[in-house]
Amino acid sequence: MASENTAMLTVRGLNAFYGKSHILQGVDLSISEGEIVSLLGRNGVGRSTTCKAIMGLVAPHGEVIFKGRAMVGLRPDQIAHAGIGYVPEDRQVFPSLSVRQNLELGLKRANTFGRWTLEDVYRLFPNLGERRDNAAGVLSGGEQQMLAMCRTLMGDPDLIIIDEPTEGLAPKLVEQVGELLDEIARRGVAILLVEQKLTIALKISKRLYVMGHGHIVFEGDPASLAADETIRKEWLEV
Amino acid sequence: MEVFVVSLLNGLVYGMLLFMLASGLTLIFSMMGVLNFAHASVYMLGAYFAYTISLYLGFWPALILAPILCGLLGAAIEMYGLRQVHRHGHIPELLFTFGLALIIEKVVQMTWGMVAVPYRIPDGLDFSLFTIYGTQFPAYRAFMLLISALMFAAIWLGLTRTRIGLIIQASLTHPDMVGALGHNVPRVFTIVFAAGTALAGLAGVIGGNYRVTEPGMAFSMGPIVFVVVVFGGLGSLTGCFIASIIMGLIQTFAVVLDYSLADLLELVGIVVTKATPGAEFLTVSLPRIGALLPFILLVLILVLRPRGLMGTRDT
Repeated sequence: MASENTAMLTVRGLNAFYGKSHILQGVDLSISEGEIVSLLGRNGVGRSTTCKAIMGLVAPHGEVIFKGRAMVGLRPDQIAHAGIGYVPEDRQVFPSLSVRQNLELGLKRANTFGRWTLEDVYRLFPNLGERRDNAAGVLSGGEQQMLAMCRTLMGDPDLIIIDEPTEGLAPKLVEQVGELLDEIARRGVAILLVEQKLTIALKISKRLYVMGHGHIVFEGDPASLAADETIRKEWLEV
Repeated sequence: MEVFVVSLLNGLVYGMLLFMLASGLTLIFSMMGVLNFAHASVYMLGAYFAYTISLYLGFWPALILAPILCGLLGAAIEMYGLRQVHRHGHIPELLFTFGLALIIEKVVQMTWGMVAVPYRIPDGLDFSLFTIYGTQFPAYRAFMLLISALMFAAIWLGLTRTRIGLIIQASLTHPDMVGALGHNVPRVFTIVFAAGTALAGLAGVIGGNYRVTEPGMAFSMGPIVFVVVVFGGLGSLTGCFIASIIMGLIQTFAVVLDYSLADLLELVGIVVTKATPGAEFLTVSLPRIGALLPFILLVLILVLRPRGLMGTRDT
């Protein structure tokens, strides 16, 4: 509880519904400035809905406090302007627009750059640089994932929520995602990483949450999760 | 041959007019999922506004002012009407725009009367531009083509070269993501709705005096515009453009091609007389079913290719 005073994001008693089904049943979590936190759990336990509820894309009930401001009831664009960035599970690159145009739409105002510039992106991912004038729809799955993350970074968020960035990617690309996460952390941006597998989460996270059926069932550091066989067996491993 | 060239030009004029109406509807439909029944009503309002304005200020100010008035009306409809109804789903939205269409029709009847108003082509454009094969081509039709082409270029440049255009394009596929990136999607919706209704108004200004300005013009134009939107495909302005031109040409050519199935059979040596079984059906001439053709195409494309010609989405 002591960490709550210093937390950048505090989520308390978060509930969300899809129609009549009660997806989130009181989620509590917090993230400090510059911290890397993972949210783990099996499919269908409400991880993606947690992200969407924080972002205002699903109507949230409960408390979401970011930098001392209440986020519940704000529109997604207002939440983005408060400093939260979001990369959805299905990437949602704009297929008919070019790579460069996708990145430019990540900017909240035209030609207004923060921690990240177009050159940064092209240097980190030469593939995207080479294809900057190609339609984003023709990129490979891996390239689309990098583009989706970089597009959100262009808006210079202080906290970035990334939903399953390694899903369906080859090991080599998973490594690249890991490197980008490191780079994001180096620039002082907090990360909420949502994953199903422990692939990179254990390596880079300072703290982890495990979710089961609409609420948090475990909170702790990588070492204590590694030691807690019951939680891993019941909520993570297949 | 002369029939062909003249019909081609007329078909283009009509097709471009359709596109002016359908482009706004396509954008609105694709982005917001609203099948706006009142769209053709705004087309009618554009014609009536232009008629009234031209009585006092002349045609040229009306060409600018009437679309602006329609656009403002569209913005108001979106902000104070649709946005509230939107929360309750698509069916209430549909009913809302349907009610709106009826209200606009009644208001037009009460304000301007039940019969057509004498909204005429401006004197400066009321002459024959050239004569092909003995048929005169009115300057006003060339003017309509010019306005349509300018509008097409403006839409295209606006959508591909401006930031708001890129945001609109992005919203066609992933509106939620556009919002999550920090763009005010409701405001974008208002802008698109206003621009779409302004275009419908513009179509009314230049179409009202080319055809007839009367209270039934919305309901005669509305269905064909829907056909164009569905035929062209959701989310695709290119598809919308092609569909507009096709519909324009089909309807124009159907009127001048006075043939029936009986004529076709005659070519292969079968003569249809009153005694032939199904003679009533076989002797129906193309001009008589011309108005029906677009709807036949609508039914066919829904069965064979539900996404439309170039649709990018299913819903």
